Amino acid sequence: MGSLLQVIFDALSLGSLYALGALGIALIFGVMRLVNFAHGDVIAASVFALLWPSVDAVAIIFAGNLPWFLLIPFVLAIGAGLSVASEAVVFRRFRRTNPATMMIASFALGFVIRYFLLMLFSSRPKSISLLPSLSQPVEILGARIPLLQIITIAVTMVVLFGLTAFLRRTRFGLEMRAAAENFTMARMLGVRANRVIMGAFALSGALAAAIALILGSQTGTANIMMGANVMLMAFIATVIGGMGSLAGAVLAGFLLGAIATVMQVILPPDARAFRDAFVYGAVILVLIFRPQGLLSARGTRERV
Amino acid sequence: MSLLALSNVSVRYGRLTAVRSVTFTMAEGEILFITGPNGAGKSSLLRAIAGVTPPSGGRIDFADHDITGRAPEDIARLGLSMVPEGREVFGSLTIEENLMVGTGMRSAERGWKARAATELEAVYATFPILKDRRHTQAGLLSGGQQQMLVIGRALMTNPRLVAIDEPSLGLAPNITDQVYERLIALRAERKLTLLIVEQSSTRAMIVGGRMMLMRGGEILLDGDARALGQSEAMQAAYFGYGDH
Repeated sequence: MGSLLQVIFDALSLGSLYALGALGIALIFGVMRLVNFAHGDVIAASVFALLWPSVDAVAIIFAGNLPWFLLIPFVLAIGAGLSVASEAVVFRRFRRTNPATMMIASFALGFVIRYFLLMLFSSRPKSISLLPSLSQPVEILGARIPLLQIITIAVTMVVLFGLTAFLRRTRFGLEMRAAAENFTMARMLGVRANRVIMGAFALSGALAAAIALILGSQTGTANIMMGANVMLMAFIATVIGGMGSLAGAVLAGFLLGAIATVMQVILPPDARAFRDAFVYGAVILVLIFRPQGLLSARGTRERV
Repeated sequence: MSLLALSNVSVRYGRLTAVRSVTFTMAEGEILFITGPNGAGKSSLLRAIAGVTPPSGGRIDFADHDITGRAPEDIARLGLSMVPEGREVFGSLTIEENLMVGTGMRSAERGWKARAATELEAVYATFPILKDRRHTQAGLLSGGQQQMLVIGRALMTNPRLVAIDEPSLGLAPNITDQVYERLIALRAERKLTLLIVEQSSTRAMIVGGRMMLMRGGEILLDGDARALGQSEAMQAAYFGYGDH
């Protein structure tokens, strides 16, 4: 019973990370038809914003010493700010190009951010203790669940409900949903393209920063590659969820988390090192039977 | 003073010229039909006016503003509302949400929410079917209902000019009659200026007003709809008889 509960919590917390990542990608894809591969590097940059630039092995904590109620908004603002800046500086110029060009631009931007971090901080992972009080375990029905896992899941639920309420109840949310479905029509009704796209980037960047906080606390390290794995899984989740469908992205994120966790348990020990190969195999199966994704979005052909 | 003025407007897609040096003006309150065969450049012309495809040459003025090359949202905010071909409802949004999208452009004004609510009731009064199904997803409506929705949605922006691309496309004739009946009533009520693109001139001849015939990206004829519709020049120009 205890170990089953542990597996469930592992699956949910991993799925939460993937779901948050997939949402960040799907939000931008929805309004711009851009698959933003720089998203993973925004995650890494949000963690490094807590450190003072230095190539030493020992991290010099800068904003990382802030109390949590300042630290969390700080990191979220960094993620949102970086994401909005990447739109204003880079992606705005590519709005009328085809999706492949935009995607390549996002790869390039990702490399720029990554190498900028490399220059400032070196490639060595640095140990940081971010929100250390979260690593203590909690006993639930005989299972020892790290407090951080519970918080990760809770935060994700709050984010999901908050985002749903935001999209359904606010004027900005209405404009975003309209723009995601048919951007040109939304603009002909006076919806400001720049505002909606900036809003999507800001939300997406804040989601990246939330992942950064979770990953940073979980691993206790800052690593310039730390966003790469989540980014890949999140991208896969948006594809199998149905590009542009927010609900699909979240659903597929949790599904991937569950598959990865279950594989870890049921695969024979020798095969566990190849877990990801089995996960991708499952992804291929899903795409063979539902090439349009689990929940296909409307109006994916229209863009700015 | 004209409300809309085009001078030498051209639209090109790559090497293809869809609209060649079109010049005309519309007065406030006027109803103008642009007719012409498939590929005449009618939709391209509307898209240029709405700012969706910026013109490659010429100048467009609306309500004393030069709107050449301006963004679609800026043009909409000046009071030019476009109802594109194929209706383009937001299928996953409810009817009411569809109607409300365009009211955001007034959100800087005081009391806009109350005005939007009044406007919504006015649109529901014009199209009662929309009120009955206000919480239905727009994608589930029939073609005629969707046409009413997009016209209502355009009206919600409180426009001075509504440009409609093929309102009768894909509709049964009696539904088209209904749509036009409402349009004409709305025009009288609100002093709306209407720019309507239709492939055939039949509707223009029934409704009356001004009609232009477009073919090969140019305006060939311009005059009273009923007089033009019966003329031989119209037939010849439409089908291209006597082309050099």
